[in-house]
Amino acid sequence: MIFQQVFNGLLLGAVYALFAVGYTLVFGVLDILNLAHAAIFTAAAFAALSLCAKGMPLPLAFLVAAAMAGIIGILLDRVAFAPLRRRNAGTLVPLISSIGVAIIIIAILQGIYGVDEQHFSNLGLDSAPAIHLGPVTFTAVEVTILLLAIVLMLVLSWMLRATPLGRSIRAVAADRTAAALLGVHLERTIAATFFIASALGGAAGVLFGLQYNSVTWDMGSPIELKGLAVIILGGMGSITGAVVGGFIIGAVEVASTAVGLSEWRDAITFGVMFLILVVRPAGIFGRRSLRQA
Amino acid sequence: MTFLADFYAKHSQLIDQIGVNAILALSLSVSLQAGQLALAQAAFMGIAAYVSAILALNAHWPLIASILAAMIVSSVVAALLALPVSRLRGIFLAIATIGFGEIVRVFANNLQDLTGGGQGLSSIPSDATTPVIYGALILVALALWLLSRTKFALAVALTREDEYAARGVGVDVGRVRLLSLALGGAIAGLGGALYAHSSFFIAPSDFGFGRMEQILVWCVIGGVTSPLGAVLGAALLSILPEAIRFLHDYRDVTNGIILLAVILFAPGGLSSFWRGRPRAPRPAETRA
Amino acid sequence: MLVLDDVAVNYGGVHALDGVSLVVEPGSVLGLIGPNGAGKTTLINATTGLATLARGTIALDGARVDGRPPHRVARAGIARTYQNIRLFGALDVRANLAAGAYARSRRLDEPAMRALLERAGVTTTDLDATASALPYGDQRRLEIARALAAAPRIVMLDEPAAGMNPSETARLVATIRAIAATGIGVLLIEHDMPLVRAACDAVVVLNFGEVIARGTPAEIARDPIVIEAYLGTGAEHLA
Repeated sequence: MIFQQVFNGLLLGAVYALFAVGYTLVFGVLDILNLAHAAIFTAAAFAALSLCAKGMPLPLAFLVAAAMAGIIGILLDRVAFAPLRRRNAGTLVPLISSIGVAIIIIAILQGIYGVDEQHFSNLGLDSAPAIHLGPVTFTAVEVTILLLAIVLMLVLSWMLRATPLGRSIRAVAADRTAAALLGVHLERTIAATFFIASALGGAAGVLFGLQYNSVTWDMGSPIELKGLAVIILGGMGSITGAVVGGFIIGAVEVASTAVGLSEWRDAITFGVMFLILVVRPAGIFGRRSLRQA
Repeated sequence: MTFLADFYAKHSQLIDQIGVNAILALSLSVSLQAGQLALAQAAFMGIAAYVSAILALNAHWPLIASILAAMIVSSVVAALLALPVSRLRGIFLAIATIGFGEIVRVFANNLQDLTGGGQGLSSIPSDATTPVIYGALILVALALWLLSRTKFALAVALTREDEYAARGVGVDVGRVRLLSLALGGAIAGLGGALYAHSSFFIAPSDFGFGRMEQILVWCVIGGVTSPLGAVLGAALLSILPEAIRFLHDYRDVTNGIILLAVILFAPGGLSSFWRGRPRAPRPAETRA
Repeated sequence: MLVLDDVAVNYGGVHALDGVSLVVEPGSVLGLIGPNGAGKTTLINATTGLATLARGTIALDGARVDGRPPHRVARAGIARTYQNIRLFGALDVRANLAAGAYARSRRLDEPAMRALLERAGVTTTDLDATASALPYGDQRRLEIARALAAAPRIVMLDEPAAGMNPSETARLVATIRAIAATGIGVLLIEHDMPLVRAACDAVVVLNFGEVIARGTPAEIARDPIVIEAYLGTGAEHLA
């Protein structure tokens, strides 16, 4: 029984982590909390839904949806954040700007798809055969989701460490002015950051939609707020923190359900988050000192 | 005259909504003026709504009494919340208060016997009529206007502009933050109680992050340091969905577009048009 | 009178201040000089309650102020200016002066505000001007005016001449001496040696958090220990 719970926790945590990584990447590089991230998450899920319904094979639909999410991320920056950067508007104004874009994206999705729950119709997800591996039961889709999420996060980590683009991103995150002075092309790096963060968020959205075989306009709402708990726990701006935090929150949620406290699950998650903020706002991997902005 | 009477009859619910929304927007603007992005107004609103509804339904308290009790409760809760978050600034304060709001939502959903759980409470006496709502709005506006002439208002502005320099001139920043949060809680409580007594039915989903975002949008569009702006922002965005019904499912798009337009082109909100200052005041951006 | 006795402040493992003692007498100007990083601003921060003392006491007219929160220290009668200007930039001159007088019981009326501006040498006379829009020199002086608005017993000026040209600096000397003449004790942190010589009655020299010399400006300028701290060995005078 415990192993099944562990698997469930890993599965849930992996998607949370994948979502949170995009959140924290943008925060780490630009000090912006991008509240449109969840809207992009949702948009990608719908995109994959439509593409599959038109006959595109799922793996390709996944890639196209994630890429589309990445492009929306770049547009998001151009429209809502870049003008504010130019006039030095601080960190809270972009937050509100991102809410504006989120409202627009969700409204458009509602307009196109309506408000009812949608499903991935011709993939046979609901009748997928259950695989038994010892004490754990899962479907091929679930395993794929888990492995894919982990692979994506590993790829991101590698990219940030070992590629020139990754170094540029880390430089901008550390000190924007210095990075620019050292020749890093700021706007291009920022655009790349948004592409990556949003593509990962979109990927999380498709996986989330597949996991529960449900895509609705407000599927992003709970995860948007849980994502906050994840990045606070892990440390704002820390990729490792987002991953670790995602799995911890996933574990906390599964554990809460296992001990019969499932209706209190969210209160426990946010209670943990609140406690972290009061005691150690930097989270597990964040900077030691309280950020003053 | 009959035109007005007909107009009112057709739109009375909307008119009431605008009044309540304006009060809620004012409650947030109080926090924002002190430089605190404290996003718990929806939670305070919800707590007060439930308190006043429960008192009215179970204990048959009269309207004014249940409203006052609700305001006191939400104000005390706000003051208590201010204590653990006193060291948090900017985004961290915002997130902590959002988390608080979610915890409140879960409690409202789970304390079935008290709150009716997810189903909510219904048959709340609708005795918060239009005159009551707008009377309350006028009282709040008056109170805030009077407050703006006091030293406290100066302390609030100084806390917002530069906390360290404010301490350096003798402002007890901690107390200012706590009082502004408590005041915001009281006003949000008023809004919540009026909301309960003007909508037959309340449920936890009425007071979640979605509602909080709405209140924030009203405030930003009106201009965060302008009470009049907050009221106008609430009014504009309450009327808008009704006015553009013809857009059907794409209605909310305009809300988002307006918000973006304000942020990008008139960051001081609508109020900047009559104040002449296009800059939006920035909540505590200082470094140590 | 402000008395610092054996004051020590630690940041992490670093002794930012280590056993500093000094006295600021009412009506006099004490200069505090030292190389960058010597601990000068830390000393002001410690005095105004922004840094905790690891050791020692700070007393204003006999009453201990160390350990008190910053706003209480301000109310006790210690006002300061900041190394990097910290005006309430988006607010107007009027509001900045009102801010300075926040802790006082009576509101400042317009004549009183104008008098403050004059005492501090602010050239702008428009009370409704936005503080951040003032010329640089006026901003520094407005900070001084704000400090004076508190009717303090002690004023601490943190590099008020930074960015000023020689003629403005000369005017600042007169301003500072006039402040002391009203009975206020002034602590002046500065790098500008002519200003220190002209404005200060006594000087304390800090290096690596410790007092390495005290005396009149003339004595300090000749002190080989001080010269070495600033310039390394080989220099004969500190001009």
